[in-house]
Amino acid sequence: MVRFILSKFFYMIVSLFILISVTFVLMKAIPGNPFMSEKAVPPSIQQHLMAKYGLDKPLYEQYLKYLGNLARGDFGISMKMKDQGVSDLIWGSFGPSLRLGIIAIVVSIVVGIGLGMLAALYHRKLIDNVAMILAVIGMSVPSFVLASLLQFYLAQKAGIFKVMGLNGPLDYVLPVMALSAQPIAFIARLARSSMLEVLHSEYIKTAKAKGLAWPIIMWRHVIRNGIMPVVTYVGPMTANIITGSVVIEQIFGIGGLGKIFVSSISNRDYTLIMGVTIFYGIILMVARLLTDIAYAFIDPRIKLSKGKEG
Amino acid sequence: MQPILQVKDLQVSFQVRGGEVKAVRGVNFEVGKGEAVAIVGESGSGKSVTAQTIMRLIPSPPSIIKSGEIIFQGNDLTRKTDKEMEAIRGKDIGMIFQDPMTSLNPTIKVGKQITEGLIKHQNLSAKEAKEQGIEMLKLVGIPNAESRFNQYPHEFSGGMRQRVMIAIALACRPSLLIADEPTTALDVTIQAQILNVMKDMQKKFGTSIILITHDLGVVADMCDRVVVMYAGKVVETGTKWEIFQNPQHPYTRGLLRSMPRLDQKKNEKLIPIIGTPPDLIKPPAGCGFCARCDEAMRICEQVDPEVTQLSDTHMSRCWLLHPMAQEVKSS
Repeated sequence: MVRFILSKFFYMIVSLFILISVTFVLMKAIPGNPFMSEKAVPPSIQQHLMAKYGLDKPLYEQYLKYLGNLARGDFGISMKMKDQGVSDLIWGSFGPSLRLGIIAIVVSIVVGIGLGMLAALYHRKLIDNVAMILAVIGMSVPSFVLASLLQFYLAQKAGIFKVMGLNGPLDYVLPVMALSAQPIAFIARLARSSMLEVLHSEYIKTAKAKGLAWPIIMWRHVIRNGIMPVVTYVGPMTANIITGSVVIEQIFGIGGLGKIFVSSISNRDYTLIMGVTIFYGIILMVARLLTDIAYAFIDPRIKLSKGKEG
Repeated sequence: MQPILQVKDLQVSFQVRGGEVKAVRGVNFEVGKGEAVAIVGESGSGKSVTAQTIMRLIPSPPSIIKSGEIIFQGNDLTRKTDKEMEAIRGKDIGMIFQDPMTSLNPTIKVGKQITEGLIKHQNLSAKEAKEQGIEMLKLVGIPNAESRFNQYPHEFSGGMRQRVMIAIALACRPSLLIADEPTTALDVTIQAQILNVMKDMQKKFGTSIILITHDLGVVADMCDRVVVMYAGKVVETGTKWEIFQNPQHPYTRGLLRSMPRLDQKKNEKLIPIIGTPPDLIKPPAGCGFCARCDEAMRICEQVDPEVTQLSDTHMSRCWLLHPMAQEVKSS
C-alpha cells in the first residue's frame, strides 16, 4: 500500500513537471503581455515593467527561474493584481469553488447511482425508460447551455432562484444542477448497466438459493459489485466537474477559482495562470489516486502493491 | 421408500416475444429420502428449468408454472409465496450451480458467504455461525479451513470453489440438494473429487440429491435412479441398472451409444444422435423425439406416446413398447 502510494507519488511529480513545462511554453506563445491595456502604455514604462518581472530575459532563463522558485514553494506574485501573492489568491478564491465542487460531486454520485439502480430494478419499464431518456439529454446538453436555460426559466421567469451570485444556500442549486447534470447522466447509465449485469449473475442466484431476503441480497451482493465501475469514473468526473466549474462560475458570476483562472488567461497574468494550472493538476492527480485506493478497498481482487499472496 | 419430493405433471413456460416457450411439458418424478436421482438430457431438454422451478429461482415473469404440483415434505411449493420460499431455500433445499468461477460473490469473503444462510435460518450468533462455517469447510475437504474462511473467492481454485459451494448449500443440513451440472465446468480429476465430496455428504447427512447432468459417467458413479428428459418431457425413468443395461427409449439408447466405453473396440465408432431437438415454441403433436428417431412409426408423429410401465421402477414413453408395436416387431 505504502509502496503503491509512493510510486504513484513519483509519477505525479513527473506528470506535474510535464504539465508545468507544456503550460509554460503554451502560455508564452499567446501574443501580448500582462502590461498591455486599452490605454497606450508608454514603451519605456512597459520596458521597465518587463524588466522588473524578468520578462525581458530569454524564455529558457525565465523557465528555469520559475522552476527554481517553485521548488522553494514560491508561486510568485500576480502580475496584474498588484502585490497579491499567487498562492494567497488561489486559497482566497478556492472556498466557493471547493464547496460547489464537493456538492456537485456528492449530488452526482448519489443521484446518478440512485437513478441507475432504479432503472436496473425496473428494467424495460417506465421508470427505466424515463431515466434513460433523461440520461441521454443530460449527456448531450453542454453544461453552459443548461446553465443559461436554468437561469432563464428557474431564475428569470419563475423567480425561484437568483440569476447570479453565491450568497445563500439556495444560490447553490442552479450551479450545482448545471455542473452535475452530465456526471449524473453518465453515472446513471454506468450504474444501470453494471447493476443489470450483477442482477443476472450466478452469484445472485446463489444468494437467492440461500434463502436470503431480497433487500439483503440487494444491499450485500448487488450494490457493492454494481458500484465498482462507478468508482472508476469518479476520478474523471472530478476533472469534468472542475473544468465545468471554470465555465459555470463565469456564467453564475461566482468569484471562485474558475473565474480567476479565466481572467488570468485574458490578462496574460503569467504567474497566476501557472499557479492555478498547477493547483488544478494536483487536485486531479489526487482525485485519481484516491479513486485507485477506493477501488482496491471495494474489490478485493485488486491489489495495490505486490503484497504476499494468500 | 418415502418420497420427500414429488413432481407431478409440472409444466413451465417462458413468455418470449415470439410466443410461449414450453420448456417443461408435464414432468413427473419423485425423489426418495436419502436417494440420489439423476436428471439427464441434452441442453434445452428442460432439466435445469425443472430444478430451478423446484427452488422457484426463475423470475416470473417471464416464467410461468402452467400446471402441476411440486410436493416437498407434504407441501406444494408451487403455491408458496416468495416469503415462504425464502424460509425453505437454503434451509430445506440447497443448490449447487454449474460454474464455480461465477457462482460465488467475488467481493465477499468465502466464510461470510457460508455463514449468511446459517445466520438467517438457524438464528446463530456470528461466532457460532463462524464455528459451523469452518466446520463445513473442513467437511468438504478444504485444508486450513480457519485461514481459508477469511479469504476471497479469487484465492480459491475452481475445484475448491465448488467445494465452497457445496459447503454453502449444505450448511443448514437441507434434506434435499439440487446439483445443477456441478462438475461440468471442472476438469476430470477434480470432477471425481467433487462427486466424492457429495457422496460423503450424502452418507453423513442422509441428504437426498437431484443431480442434473449430461454426463452418464457421473450418473453411474453417483446415482440410484435416472430420469431421462427430452424436449421438456420425461421419456424414461428407472434405476441406474435398468437404464444402463436395459434402455427402452430410443433416445436413451442413443445417449448410451454416443458415449465412449472402455470395452469398446478401437475401430468402433461412436454413433451420435443426428439432428436437433424440436422448437419448443411449437412443440410437435406426437413424440418430441420422432424427427430424430430411426425407429419412428407413423403414429409417433401424430400422437404423443403413453407411459409404459416396465417394472415397479422402470417406465418409458415410447410407442415401440405398446403391445401392438411389439406384435409387429415379433411377426
